[in-house]
Amino acid sequence: MRNRILLLLTVAFAMLIAWNLKNILLGLPDEARQDAVYRILYFHAPAAIVGLTGFGIGMVFSGIYLATKNLYWDTLAASTTEVSLMLAAINLVTGSIWGRQQWGVWWAWDARLTSMLVCWLIFAGYLMMRRAVEEPNTRARLSAVISVFGTVNAWFVYKVIEWVPRLQHPGPVLSFRTGGKIDHQLETPFYWMVLAYMLLGVILVMIRNRQESISHEIDSLRRLAHA
Amino acid sequence: MKQDISRKGAELAKNEDVFFASSAPLRETFFSFLRQCLTIAAKDLRAEWRTKEALNASLAFSTVILILFSFALDPNPEMMQEFSGGLLWLVFLFAGALVLNRSFAREMQNDCLDALLASPVPPSGLFLGKVLANYALLMMLEFLCLVEFGLLFNVRWLGNVGPLMLVMALGTWALTVVGTVFSALTVNLRLREVMLPVLVYPMMVPPMMAAMILTTDLLAGTALGPGNMLWVRVLVGFDVIFTLLGVSLIDTVLVG
Amino acid sequence: MNALEIDGVWKYFGDFPALRDVGFKVDAGSVVALLGRNGAGKTTLLRILAGLAKPSKGTVKIYGSEVREEPTRRRIGVLGHGISLYDELTATENLVLFGKLYGLNDAPKRAHQWLERTGLERVRDGLVREFSRGMRQRLAVARTFLHDPEVLLFDEPFTSLDDRAIAVLQSLIAEAQARGATIVMSTHQLREAIELSTHIALIKKGQLAYAGERRQEMLDDPTWLYRTYEGESAS
Repeated sequence: MRNRILLLLTVAFAMLIAWNLKNILLGLPDEARQDAVYRILYFHAPAAIVGLTGFGIGMVFSGIYLATKNLYWDTLAASTTEVSLMLAAINLVTGSIWGRQQWGVWWAWDARLTSMLVCWLIFAGYLMMRRAVEEPNTRARLSAVISVFGTVNAWFVYKVIEWVPRLQHPGPVLSFRTGGKIDHQLETPFYWMVLAYMLLGVILVMIRNRQESISHEIDSLRRLAHA
Repeated sequence: MKQDISRKGAELAKNEDVFFASSAPLRETFFSFLRQCLTIAAKDLRAEWRTKEALNASLAFSTVILILFSFALDPNPEMMQEFSGGLLWLVFLFAGALVLNRSFAREMQNDCLDALLASPVPPSGLFLGKVLANYALLMMLEFLCLVEFGLLFNVRWLGNVGPLMLVMALGTWALTVVGTVFSALTVNLRLREVMLPVLVYPMMVPPMMAAMILTTDLLAGTALGPGNMLWVRVLVGFDVIFTLLGVSLIDTVLVG
Repeated sequence: MNALEIDGVWKYFGDFPALRDVGFKVDAGSVVALLGRNGAGKTTLLRILAGLAKPSKGTVKIYGSEVREEPTRRRIGVLGHGISLYDELTATENLVLFGKLYGLNDAPKRAHQWLERTGLERVRDGLVREFSRGMRQRLAVARTFLHDPEVLLFDEPFTSLDDRAIAVLQSLIAEAQARGATIVMSTHQLREAIELSTHIALIKKGQLAYAGERRQEMLDDPTWLYRTYEGESAS
């Protein structure tokens, strides 16, 4: 049953991304000041949106673990956070590439990228800590605490860095929320991309979760064999 | 004890105002909790003062960092105006990690943590007691660093000392609260000394940014006003929220 | 009301069951010897009884209340593997500290009394760091009994005690039992344990193999228990 869902989602994702990519690469006009590269926005921003949401969802799963003490939720939380970390990395890398194109530097300390970097560091620490603890229940407990602290902190990070006077996007930003006239043609692929990333996220979490569950089973079988 | 308290409340109700009687149990519990926190804090401070291990190590470390910074950066007064706050708080962060690491690490010797957890002290009481002790140690350390900083980099800080102390007090509380939670969390981990900074430093970005900006302003002579009140609010908000988080989650961290 | 009520306790470390459906009741005034090989689960069970760990399933009640509740913890005294004393504090300071944590109003006086009883009066202002091993053990015993606990939990208390400390502990245990305290003690010292105890609980691979009164056969031949229930000679 699970395999079928996974297959369905993968097919949906493949179709969606193919169609969307076609639109983005062929359907949209080149923007006046930014040439063809502005299309990287379609990979850059949705990754941030889905990634950050993923961290929040990870915190919810952690909370459910704390309430039920069922290790399944901890595994799910870890998988979700790992996938979100990957999406955050995509955001950072595409942001860096775009920045290089636009502003000539591989890293400009602009507010959004810096915030994402800090969040990435927080949750990379989460994964690092998981590696340092053997016992599953202890690991789950401690991970849950870090997840809660990290997610609340992420909110602070974004707000605070936004207000720091020094850290602004040094150049013009293609932002759908800063008003102005945005062509409907430019806007729709963005939302489809968010959906595509969400599908990708769910697929990867399911795969990763299964990996973790199997490895836990192997561990416990090994322990049983030794005992 | 709960039964004792309610009996006492019943006795009080006979003699005194009903209002006082009904709040007596709560006041008793609160004062007893406070006493326990202070007992723990006093114990930590006394133990630290006997050996001064963490204090000496931190002070030595921060002095070395300050000297290295002054070689590396060789700043002129205009540059100092720009990043005095940043520099100072970096030193506080590095030195603070040593003290915070010791906080729960010292309980692992002789299995003291088990005895504390088995005692009637609630984990939140244990946590707050340690936060108070760490806070006192860090504030002392930071004051000494500030003096050194003023001397090495020729920065005058006595002018705005009141607001400066306020910023230090708020920023240090943030560092102490988060650092103490993670000290408890990492106490049993391999590579504890590395894991603590790795986990804590990214989380300190919001309060440190606020503290750095405020400190730079204050050291440059600007007073606290509507321009930078935002950052004071950020610090206060962070302190309140993370103290609440710490107190509620410490039980999960310590008992499993 | 039973002093201790352990009901359906399971403890998992990951998928490994360290304790499997352990349950028994202990009347006030009993001395229970918790026996079993290394790794059987004695320490795990004691930690749960002391409130240091939570069972994965099941409940533990001491005088009818949950172990983690504050009033209950005032009635428990725990002596584990470590001495649980601060090296940088003096003997008096250590005892006063724990006295205050256990809510004693006359902590300094009580500390003084217990220092005398354990023969540490002369070194009351000495730092624990400088104590000999025997002195540290005796101070640990003083710390455990300081608040006159009604329930005492010992994890291998006689291991690595010198003769003087053993004597002190044995007399304190007898005295505690006389005033109606309940004692649960895990140990490898079969002979001392069986002599002191009124009840025996044998843990084998996380399960309770025997829980009941001490029988004459055990007094006569301490290894009888292991041979009967483990089917091999005691470790």
